[in-house]
Amino acid sequence: MSHPSVVVPGAPVELASGVHWIGALDPGMRRFDIVLNTANGTTYNAYAVRGERGVAIIDTVKIEFADEFFARLEQVCSYDEIRVIVLNHLEPDHSGALPELMRRAPRAELVLSQRAPAILKALVRELGTEPEYTPVGDGDAVDLGGRRLAFVHTPYLHWPDTQCTWLEDEGMLFSGDVFGCHFCDDRLWNDTVGDFRFSFDYYYQHIMRPFRSFVLEALDKLELLAPRVILPAHGPLLRSRPRDYMARYRRLATPELGSGGDEKTLLVFYVSAYGNTARMARAVAEGAEQVSKLRVSLFDLQMSDVGQFVDLIEEADGMAFGSPTLNADAVKPVWDLLSSLTLVSVKGKFGAAFGSYGWSGEAVGLVEDRMRGLKMRVPVKGLKVKLNPTEDDLERCRELGRELGAHVTGTARRRVVDIAELA
Amino acid sequence: MPKASVTFEDIGVTVTVPAGTRLIEVSEKVGAGITYGCREGECGTCMMKIVAGSENLAQPSVLEHQVLSDNLAPRAARLACQAQVLGGEIVVRPG
Repeated sequence: MSHPSVVVPGAPVELASGVHWIGALDPGMRRFDIVLNTANGTTYNAYAVRGERGVAIIDTVKIEFADEFFARLEQVCSYDEIRVIVLNHLEPDHSGALPELMRRAPRAELVLSQRAPAILKALVRELGTEPEYTPVGDGDAVDLGGRRLAFVHTPYLHWPDTQCTWLEDEGMLFSGDVFGCHFCDDRLWNDTVGDFRFSFDYYYQHIMRPFRSFVLEALDKLELLAPRVILPAHGPLLRSRPRDYMARYRRLATPELGSGGDEKTLLVFYVSAYGNTARMARAVAEGAEQVSKLRVSLFDLQMSDVGQFVDLIEEADGMAFGSPTLNADAVKPVWDLLSSLTLVSVKGKFGAAFGSYGWSGEAVGLVEDRMRGLKMRVPVKGLKVKLNPTEDDLERCRELGRELGAHVTGTARRRVVDIAELA
Repeated sequence: MPKASVTFEDIGVTVTVPAGTRLIEVSEKVGAGITYGCREGECGTCMMKIVAGSENLAQPSVLEHQVLSDNLAPRAARLACQAQVLGGEIVVRPG
């Protein structure tokens, strides 16, 4: 297939008067950041904005593409014209050429978000000196002479340092990774490239989804700007119907499965070899169901798809995981689910573990550790039972369910313990 | 050994601990929502809010001050992996 490319080797692409794309195409890339696949590569979008008093460079590229970036930059301006370097996000695919750019444009002011300096120090160690920079936030702006770049603080999209830059006179939003995707097409503009809807959603699901509360906070600010063009740091440039992409983000980030009102949700997952952990799981659920305003669901992990459970967990307030111990470990279906939870935010949710075992019962402690590692709260001591649970054991399971349910619904009684009891 | 009490507001649990204990040790054991990363006072993940009794914690080190400053921490914030209990009553919640 051949089509007219707007990207020519060594040449910038003019986006508006005095605004150029000076990034790089990476059509050969197939896996990004270990976890993201891409069927046709990606782009590293960097930009130059010229005012009467100088030029601003917004973002750079991955270091392997620095030559391409500098070749395009040199067609737009000389290094001594560069007044400002703005980094919307310091991840290496956007800051790879930064140390060399700072060497070539030593008089340029480096402008970063207020959360970026700690990351910057680690990135530019090769300069050998502490870089000077100007931290900016909401309300700050740089006057380029006849046009202003204003900054919008949008943290955790998807690093603490992320921000957006707003070119008011053109209605252009330089959004960093937000509204980006891994999709390489040398026609650049969203109304001329191929169909990238899947890539757009896929990027959100893998990069932004764990930070959806921050996405919604950022959208509250960015929608007010009503940008005419959104210029992300990866993928197509969004000049056609840019608000549709904001609306898509809002829909993706808005909770859909929440029960509403003051009802909370608790999910009880289990895997069982001989039915013992299954009986414990049913008892945990029975206990939890005694807690008012708590919706309890019970799931056998062996019979279902992990992806669906990740969606449920994203909306849930609490989870209990039941695993037998096999060879001193929790079982694979439990780990498969627990290792999939980096896609969503579970920070602060309540969790508990339980399970039957034959010899040593390590699974419960290992699952508790994983939940703590996921930044969940694990306030109820896990429960392990050797082989067949007795009626007393099942009552302890019901008590675990009741206690966990009380924490989830905010009705747990206050208690005082000695640290020695917590071992 | 002198004792202190640490209350984790987010889960409603008060733990009696010996002086010298670091808050992260208690938080982990009791299952409170204070999360941790490097555990070495560098990443800032375990930042928490001291609701009451900040005078009952050892003063922050230069390193902890720097990390709190880099993360734009509010005045009542401390790092759970660095803050050591001296005695008395302390009330904390995730930061």
